[in-house]
Amino acid sequence: MAAMIEAKGLTRCFGGLRAVDGVDFTLESGEIHGLIGPNGAGKTTFVSLLSGRVPVQSGTIRLQGEDITQLPAHQRVRKGVAYTFQITSVYPRLSVFDNVALASQSHSAGNVAEGVAEALAKVGLTGLEQAIAGTLSYGHQRLLEVAMGLALKPLVLILDEPTQGLASGEIDGFKTLIRSLVPNTTILLIEHNMDVVMDLAHRITVLNFGQVLAIGTPTQIRQNRAVQEAYLGGDDAAG
Amino acid sequence: MSAGTKAWGLHLLVLALVFLAQFVLPSYHATNLARIMVLAVFAMGYNLAFGYTGLLSLGHALFFAAGLYGMGLPIWHLEVAAFPALILGLLAGGVMAGLVGILALRTAGVSFMIVTLMFAQAGYLTLLYLNSWTGGDEGFVVARSARVLFGFDLASDTPRFIAAFVLFAAGLLLCLWLVRSPFGRVMVAMRENEERSRMLGYDPFRVKLITLILSGVYAGGAGAAYGLLFGYVGGSFATIQYSILPMLYVLLGGAGTVLGPFLGALLMFYLIDITSGYTDAYFFVVGAALVALVLFAPKGILGSLRERVLQWLP
Repeated sequence: MAAMIEAKGLTRCFGGLRAVDGVDFTLESGEIHGLIGPNGAGKTTFVSLLSGRVPVQSGTIRLQGEDITQLPAHQRVRKGVAYTFQITSVYPRLSVFDNVALASQSHSAGNVAEGVAEALAKVGLTGLEQAIAGTLSYGHQRLLEVAMGLALKPLVLILDEPTQGLASGEIDGFKTLIRSLVPNTTILLIEHNMDVVMDLAHRITVLNFGQVLAIGTPTQIRQNRAVQEAYLGGDDAAG
Repeated sequence: MSAGTKAWGLHLLVLALVFLAQFVLPSYHATNLARIMVLAVFAMGYNLAFGYTGLLSLGHALFFAAGLYGMGLPIWHLEVAAFPALILGLLAGGVMAGLVGILALRTAGVSFMIVTLMFAQAGYLTLLYLNSWTGGDEGFVVARSARVLFGFDLASDTPRFIAAFVLFAAGLLLCLWLVRSPFGRVMVAMRENEERSRMLGYDPFRVKLITLILSGVYAGGAGAAYGLLFGYVGGSFATIQYSILPMLYVLLGGAGTVLGPFLGALLMFYLIDITSGYTDAYFFVVGAALVALVLFAPKGILGSLRERVLQWLP
């Protein structure tokens, strides 16, 4: 598999804190890659560096071989790196249609209505086009957020804790949705829910104190002694 | 009937009623209406920046004055004809907004208000400082002979009303088309959540600069038309009062509605016109009206109406 995103030596400090500290990372094309780590491990900062929301202090980021380290966030989005927010960040006063249309027309000026319908169908929100986004249930707002990401037709979709606050039934639907996106879209998934990550991810990267602690398949990560000690809490692992 | 059909229908109906008003109104009120239409164009420009894109500027008097002087100075010093002077005024408003925007849009919120206010004050003081060119405080009268557009004498009632109406109609329809276009959607997105919009691939600086330039073109066009139709160019149009007026019109009529600026200008104009006939303290009445507005209809008249009954109103 070819590398979709390749990061080398990424570093970002906030004051004295090295939030991301020399991280090397490869996202293979077409995979679902899980990113886990204890609170404060630097996960959100790391994906903010990838998406351009936070500028890189040192290191490089390549998207399909092209150096995008210095590109501002909006240009990275146009190149195919989409980011969905950890805290639901839809436009609450606009209609569902307008929310998704903003993403769709950003990707192509062509048939916006078609792009919106397609993205809403994928997440199962068809029929709610005219609803005001802020009046949707929390679970639906999360799905709307994902639909906005999909409507950008990205190469890489970065999902920051997408299942947070979802009911268990909704989580099953979400897992099916994510599986249906690969290999056309490459997924980078930050997730606290271990069952979801272990179930979905092809490979997992574990961050701790801003550094890579381990990379491997879900089975390898489960068996990794360092991960168990740092993150899962030794023998009584469960999460 | 689709929301689009209803929206175009309503706006065309309003235009038709305004056009026909000249045949029934007495001359005094017809002239007032011409004045209101020009001021409404100014407010429409302000509304694009403030109502739709969330740019709260306190410096729009500068763009209005740029249009006024961009039209008036070439007529006075170079004896340019009315139509090219009008275009020059329009462009002057856009260029001035672009220059201010490049610098001021590095800030946001309260800082943006202060920076735009400072630019407008600097512009006003520059007009006074260059008084041998600009006429300073007293300004100058636009020569009656220069106020002829395509053979029509703009100093007489009917051509003046029609000229104001053409500008108003063009401004209103362009505004309606713009806010219903994909770019209009992006303008609103900037107002609602700039960071989210950036992460959908939009450059906030670029979107806001384009909007501010458009807003400046509206203000410049209104300024140029005002000078040409009513025959006077003066420094008082560059004062803070002319930055506040369009904001009041927009707040009263409804920020982020296409007809709001016109409705606000109409009501505010007559509020001042009528109350000043009874008392010198008419600004007190204006203040009371604004307090009532903030308390009972903070989204303005059409904003509140849209919220409750007319969801399709653009």
